[in-house]
Amino acid sequence: MFPTFAPCGDSALLVTLGDRIDLALNRRVHALARRLVDDPRPGLVVAVPGYATLLVHYDPLLLGYDEALEWLQSQVRRVQEGGDEAFPAPRRVVVPTLYGGMYGPDLDFVAEHCNLPAQEVVRRHTARAYPVYMVGFAPGFPYLGGLDESIAAPRLPSPRLKVRAGSVGIAGAQTGIYSVDSPGGWRLIGWTALKLFDPARSPASLLAPGDLVRFVETQP
Amino acid sequence: MSSSLYVLEPGFLTTVQDLGRPLGEPLGAPAGGAMDRFALMAANALVGNPPGAAVLEFALLGPSFQVGFSEACGVLVAAAGRGFRLEVGGRAIPLWMAAWARCGETITLRTEGGGWGYLAVSGAGGIAVPEVLGSRSTCLRAGFGGLEGRPLQAGDLVPLSEAQASDYERAGLELPEELRPVYSDHPVIDVILGPQPDAFTPDAVESFLNEEYTLTPACDRMGYRLSGPALSRRSTGELLSEGVAFGAVQVPQDGQPIVLMADRQTTGGYPKIAVGCGTSLPLLAQCPPGGTVRFRGVSVAEAQERWRRMQWTISSIG
Repeated sequence: MFPTFAPCGDSALLVTLGDRIDLALNRRVHALARRLVDDPRPGLVVAVPGYATLLVHYDPLLLGYDEALEWLQSQVRRVQEGGDEAFPAPRRVVVPTLYGGMYGPDLDFVAEHCNLPAQEVVRRHTARAYPVYMVGFAPGFPYLGGLDESIAAPRLPSPRLKVRAGSVGIAGAQTGIYSVDSPGGWRLIGWTALKLFDPARSPASLLAPGDLVRFVETQP
Repeated sequence: MSSSLYVLEPGFLTTVQDLGRPLGEPLGAPAGGAMDRFALMAANALVGNPPGAAVLEFALLGPSFQVGFSEACGVLVAAAGRGFRLEVGGRAIPLWMAAWARCGETITLRTEGGGWGYLAVSGAGGIAVPEVLGSRSTCLRAGFGGLEGRPLQAGDLVPLSEAQASDYERAGLELPEELRPVYSDHPVIDVILGPQPDAFTPDAVESFLNEEYTLTPACDRMGYRLSGPALSRRSTGELLSEGVAFGAVQVPQDGQPIVLMADRQTTGGYPKIAVGCGTSLPLLAQCPPGGTVRFRGVSVAEAQERWRRMQWTISSIG
């Protein structure tokens, strides 16, 4: 059934490699994206990775739909033939984080909700490395996988009007870092001084799909 | 020496825009760019710029400027879009026409109904703000690009590229009437079904292609919310988040479609019933709240042929 290829309007094509959140599947998406960057052809504009999809924007003046489709089909075949061993080792990124108090105003709520001492929530949050499945929603915002379900917590009933960039939060069984100041409904447990998005920096996004993120507790 | 425009009245939501920032999308930065790409490209072509050069975009309320000193003793300008009138030094200039504005003269965009308006100024790069991630578009969400990442304010100096003395010779050049878009409050929008038409019931696809949808007041650079017969989905679940294209028609649980526009988030998890075609999106962008649209399904080949013809129209200017 997979892969599937479908037009997204007259200048993009959606490649779907599967229909679940799965690390191996997601790595194939990023391997495909990398192939297109390393071996581009005229008319390729940009490829945007999702959990299990790659949205390929192309310029129809240089590349027709049928040509684009044929090209992408052959690239997908090559990625699948390459096998999972061909993927490079993930980059590891440490995110120093201040937990609780003014930095994480919802840490106590999460602790109470999970029936754990606040320090145990922090210990469990820092105990794992989280893979970056994709960057989206807001500039530099990483979709992280693999939260310990014992510290999952519901979203706020109504979102805050402004959440400071760098805030570390939990929403359901997800954890994430606000990359720019924005409204938001995640439970905030901490804050990092790292700038997740800086357009003047290269690369502008601190985190890239495929990275492994580790939170480390620091003190002010 | 290059010139600048001094902002007298900032208008509403006046920002620097070009064809957008695709390189930002894998980093989560909205693609941005002009809402009406035909008007952007035509205005640029009229003043002799490359079609994707940076211009000023404004909405509802037009800005006014004073032309600063330049060695060419003026700048060539052209306004395009819907719902504005251009005045240069008190002279009325139609939209879709290049005009010479002398140093010290005032350029005024007067509202006449108001939609999305564009002002292009001659000079290879157009508005000469620095490129960020390959584009000069303003990203309001994260406050970068354009002029300091924000809408223009009174007193700003908008930097321009070097003008050429020969630009003067293009004054009076106009886009023939029959090549201009036919903006309407009731446009027909060509769409390509997919990428998830199977996520909807056959009745929903039928309604989408045959019924009228009304633009609600919730329409902005991010998206246009429509209201009309609800589009029912086969399943209630959401998709895994995936990249979304300009013009994608996403359908949340309530069945009311939202067309994703220039400043859309880069990824979304609602199924999409169709994606608007590049030649039709300007008509949708310029349809006001309260207006109604009908959608017409076309093939990818047909849409790409129309797009080629539109590009040919633009390249034939001047």
